[in-house]
Parts: sequence; structure tokens; C-alpha cells
Amino acid sequence: MTKSFERLRYYLPTIVVAVAVLALWEVLVTVLNIQQFILPKPTQIAGRFFEEVNLFVTGQGSILFQAAGATFYEALGGFILGCGSGILVALVTARWTVLSEAMMPFAIAANSVPIIAFAPIMNNWFGLTNPVSKMTIVAIIVFFPTMINTVRGLTLIDPRQLELMRSYAASDLKILRALRIPNAVPYIFSALRVASPLSMIGAVVAEFFGGPRATLGVFITQEASGFNFDRAWAAIVIASLIGIAFYAIIVFAERRLAPWGTREAG
Amino acid sequence: MTEIPAVIRAEGVNKVFTVKNADPVIALKDIHLDVKRGEFVSLIGPSGCGKSTLLRLIADLLQPTSGEMVINGKTPVQARLDRDYGMVFQAATLYDWRNVGKNVQLPLEIMGIDKAEREKRAAEMLELVELGKFAKHYPWQLSGGMQQRVAIARALAFQPALLLMDEPFGALDEFTRERMNLELLRIWHATQTTVVFVTHSIAEAVFLSSRVVVMSPRPGRITAVLDVDLPYPRNFETRELPRYFELVTHVRELLRDAHTFDE
Repeated sequence: MTKSFERLRYYLPTIVVAVAVLALWEVLVTVLNIQQFILPKPTQIAGRFFEEVNLFVTGQGSILFQAAGATFYEALGGFILGCGSGILVALVTARWTVLSEAMMPFAIAANSVPIIAFAPIMNNWFGLTNPVSKMTIVAIIVFFPTMINTVRGLTLIDPRQLELMRSYAASDLKILRALRIPNAVPYIFSALRVASPLSMIGAVVAEFFGGPRATLGVFITQEASGFNFDRAWAAIVIASLIGIAFYAIIVFAERRLAPWGTREAG
Repeated sequence: MTEIPAVIRAEGVNKVFTVKNADPVIALKDIHLDVKRGEFVSLIGPSGCGKSTLLRLIADLLQPTSGEMVINGKTPVQARLDRDYGMVFQAATLYDWRNVGKNVQLPLEIMGIDKAEREKRAAEMLELVELGKFAKHYPWQLSGGMQQRVAIARALAFQPALLLMDEPFGALDEFTRERMNLELLRIWHATQTTVVFVTHSIAEAVFLSSRVVVMSPRPGRITAVLDVDLPYPRNFETRELPRYFELVTHVRELLRDAHTFDE
């Protein structure tokens, strides 16, 4: 009882701000008589959103929810592919210091390239409607931050802890397993935290360059050009919700799997 | 033939660090040192006197530039590979992702000892440092003094002949430090381990040691070796003995002499 009250008090300011912003938005749009193609009212967006929820729940089929599912599938596929290979490449290169030192400048340079610019090329490679074209873009986007952070986690180790391992005459493999990898876990999670919303952004933006009808990026561009702004906004809301949920799952997993990392800057 | 063999023997050991774009630093110059089995030897001196370097040479974490070093009748490398020593640093350097019990088991795990035996020995060691109830806790849930006791338990887990300690209580407050000193003497008696203890606390060196090695910086060298003839068992009353004060004063003078000699 008191615990839930405590939680409420903790989240209350956030809730108040959110409600206030939405109320202000609603009032301003009404008072200033802003056209709905510039900015629809929150109630209008919410109405459209729940209409879609209703269609989905009652099994009549909602193209918006279908699109959301397809986009999340691309984002998740790209996330697993990109983060997975980022961690693997980091493990391989950290094993050979020379290799990782040679690769790091390229990785950091590649990380600042606007990878989304490759989206049309990926569409050519894998086909416009093939989800693999979007997954590839997402994978490339999340690959570099994950790889760079993992290499950092594997190599930035308290020299005392390495001395301790040497004093035990531990093998390199044992040092990797007992020290380097656990040390890297908080770094990996901090990369995954960045990569999770990034993968949603990557998938939606990649879809702006073309894709199947039932994907969020295509849905948003088509509804916006057809003056159905409340539908476009409802799609933005669902994209945001998926992004936030994805992020929250990563944070939850981190607290469960690496509780020591959340106490320090990972 | 009946002479007790030295656990550590250093003969004319020098250590020079070459520094990029600067003159080489003579960290240790002509070190001669014998430590016998069962002794408690403190290395004391101001920062830069090479006491930690000497400890690292014994541990084979560094190699001497010249001179001979024999540990347990072997080369330092062989002694390290045979796990002849356990090491404790100023920071407890526990692994945050392992609970206290698993931290103590770490060296045993590396040595390939089976799980049941590991758990049994870790439990014994935690009992020895009076942390038996904390095996399931995580390092960050313990105080600094408790963490350091875990580090000692870990260093002793594989029953090494030699315990090397690099300012292990340097980060603790005075009260905790004095309690830890008593604790360490108790453990030393119980395990009969040979201890080499680096410190810059005169009181701590005198209270703990059977022998104090006084060092001075630039270049790091041994300037005096002092036998501590305080009776055992040592306890809180030891710190009030006139002889204790005499020895503390004596070590302080030796350190001061060494320092003015240097300038």
C-alpha cells in the first residue's frame, strides 16, 4: 500500500507534465484554429489510435497494427543481426589486440557515416518489399556502436584485476571468460540500450525509401500525402510505443542479468 | 643443512624503468633480501622507494633488470606458475559479478579444482576471516574492511606458502585498520604463511612484523633492516608497551635519516 503510494509520488511529476503538455496542445490547436494537416488534436489522434486498436482486438484486421508488426519484425531482425555480429567481431578482434587497434579507427569513422543513405541501395540489392533490405540497414546502423562498446568493455580493465589473473597463472581463455567478458557486459548493455530505439528509427526511415504497404514508414508517407494526418500520427504514436517498449525490455534485462553494471557508468 | 631455507632470496637485484623521451628511472638498486619461512616482513618507505616494485618482482608481475631472485627455491616465473603465492592489493579487486563465495573460489576454479572441494575450501576461508555468513552477498554490499577480508580469504584459498600484500589496509580508516591488523596476525598464526607486507604506516609495520625493511627513494634501496622483538601474541596492549614506542620512534628516525641522506 505504502509502496505503491511511494511509486506514485515518484512518477507523479512526470505524469503531471505529460498531461499538461497534451492539454496545452489540445487547447492551442482549438484556440488558434490550427488546421489538422499541420497538427491534429491529441484527442483526434487518440480516437484514431483506439479505433485501430478496436479493429485489431475484434479481429477485423487493422492495417496499422499489421504495419507495426512488420516494421518491428524488421527492426528486431536487424537488431539481432547487427548487435550479434558486433559482439562477435569485438570478441574476435579483442583476442588479437593488433587487429582491434587496426580496426577501431575504421569502426569509429564508419559509425559517423549516415548509413541510412544506403537504404535505396539495399532496396536494389535485396528487393523493395523484402524485409531483409531494411534489416540490413538496421543491422549496419547498430553494428558499429555495439562493436565499439564491446571492444571497450573487453579491453578497459582495471590493471590490478589483470595482475590478479596473472598471479594465478590464468590462461588467456580463462581471463577472457572470467574477467573480460563479464567486464564487457555492462558496456554491451549500454550499447543495446542505444541500439534498441535506433533499430526502430532505422527501420521506419528505411521504409520511407519504399517498401510493402503494410509497414509503418510507407503507411506514414502514404497517409500524410493522402491528408489522413490523424492516421499518420497514430502510426507515429505506435512507432514510439514500440521503441519505448523495446528500450524498457533491454533495461529490464540489464537489471536482471548485470545488476552490478547499473550501479556505475557502463 | 639444518638451516631453514629462504622463501625469498634477492641477490643484487636492480630494476630500471625505461621511460619514453626521458631518463630511465632506477626503481630499485642493489637489493639484497632474505625472507625465511614463517616470517612476517614489512617493506616500509615513502612513495617512490620501490617497495611495491619489489613486491611485484617477487610476484613475477615485473622482471628484474639484473640480479637474481629465488622464490621457494625456484625462479619467480616457476613460482607463479606453481601458485606459490597469494596476492592482496590496496583495492580489494573483487569481481562485482561474482558473489563473495564465488570470488574466493576464483583461484581454485582457475586451478581446476572440482566444485565440491572449491565450495568446502571457500567456506573454510570465509570462516577464517569471519565472513562465513556472507558467502551469498555481492562485493558491493560489503564495507571496505569486509571486502578486504574477502580478498585475504581469496589469496589464502589455495594455501600458498607465501602471502604478498600491497598496502592492503591503506584505504581503510584508522579503527578498521587496527582491527584488520589483529585479524591478520591471527590468520598468520593460524595458517603459518610467510607474509611480505608493503605499507607506509610505521605503526602498522612495527605492530605486525617480525622484521621491518626500511627503504628510501631515488634510487629505491634498502637502508635498514630491523628485528621487531615484541612478544607474541600481540594485541591491543602491545600498542601500549614502551618497547613498541621505542621501535616506532626508531623506524621513524631510520626513515628520516634515509630521507635527508637523499637530499
